[in-house]
Amino acid sequence: MNTASDSPTTTANLPNGSGAAAILAAGMGAFVLAALAVAGDKWIHLKPALSFYKPTGPLSGVTTIAIVVWLGTWAVLEWRWRHKTVAMARINAIAFVLLLLSILLTFPPIADLL
Amino acid sequence: MQITSHGLWAMIHGLGFGGLYLLAFSGALVELYRSTAPAVAYPPSPARGRFLNVYLILMVVLAWLAVVSGAYIVYPWYRTAAPPGTIDLSLYPQRLLMANPTTSGWHSLGMEWKEHVAWLAPISITMVAFVFIRYGNELRNHVQLRRAVLGFAWVAFLAAALAGFLGAVIDKQAPVKGGATIQLTQGGER
Repeated sequence: MNTASDSPTTTANLPNGSGAAAILAAGMGAFVLAALAVAGDKWIHLKPALSFYKPTGPLSGVTTIAIVVWLGTWAVLEWRWRHKTVAMARINAIAFVLLLLSILLTFPPIADLL
Repeated sequence: MQITSHGLWAMIHGLGFGGLYLLAFSGALVELYRSTAPAVAYPPSPARGRFLNVYLILMVVLAWLAVVSGAYIVYPWYRTAAPPGTIDLSLYPQRLLMANPTTSGWHSLGMEWKEHVAWLAPISITMVAFVFIRYGNELRNHVQLRRAVLGFAWVAFLAAALAGFLGAVIDKQAPVKGGATIQLTQGGER
């Protein structure tokens, strides 16, 4: 995805890369959480593997993995984009689509359709 | 007047962390809109900016405390399996809900949705706080960043409100009970 350039922004002093990294990572974290929740529900073999903490069950694995992916993605994107100005409209579109999908996938009647 | 330790934790999770987080939201949304609006002639003072930074950090802490206490303290009591042959299911909220067709939806739809959608709130509000603190008043010059921050802030609010609503209704149908009994006051004869 070629969304970054080294040109400074003309409307603000701080480049938008750092904010874009946080926004895209949040969208990805939310989506991974929802996708894992659906996967854990659909594939019975996955449930024990996701039970990191037995009393909480698969929810513990789903949320832990999602948080690790979210923070890992954020760290990598922050490192790559913090001094850059990126194509924010595209990043926003991707982040909002991921967020919308995560909301839809966490809704049980929709997850049951998959 | 007494309460069980499990009931007390459910209150701390829902009314304490979750309730305070939701209460804080109206102020946060207004301030986020006001202090980043491109049309504002005079940006907020540094003191007001610092106040909003601390306010958002406290909201992030409350959001994480709400989901972590919910998932790792209250939820295990909710989903405890009843020993075979148990007739009184009042100490096993999930089993109690599922035992009756008129309440089973509160688990299969309500709790199943709540336990996952709630986590969108801390992820979103953490991002909102980070971007706001990082950019401050300059956010008004980044139209797309501002749009994303406000959009995720709304999701952080709605996800928590939905989880809070479902939690309150589920707890009304099948409250989390058990653990040590805590005596709050001695009831007198009337």
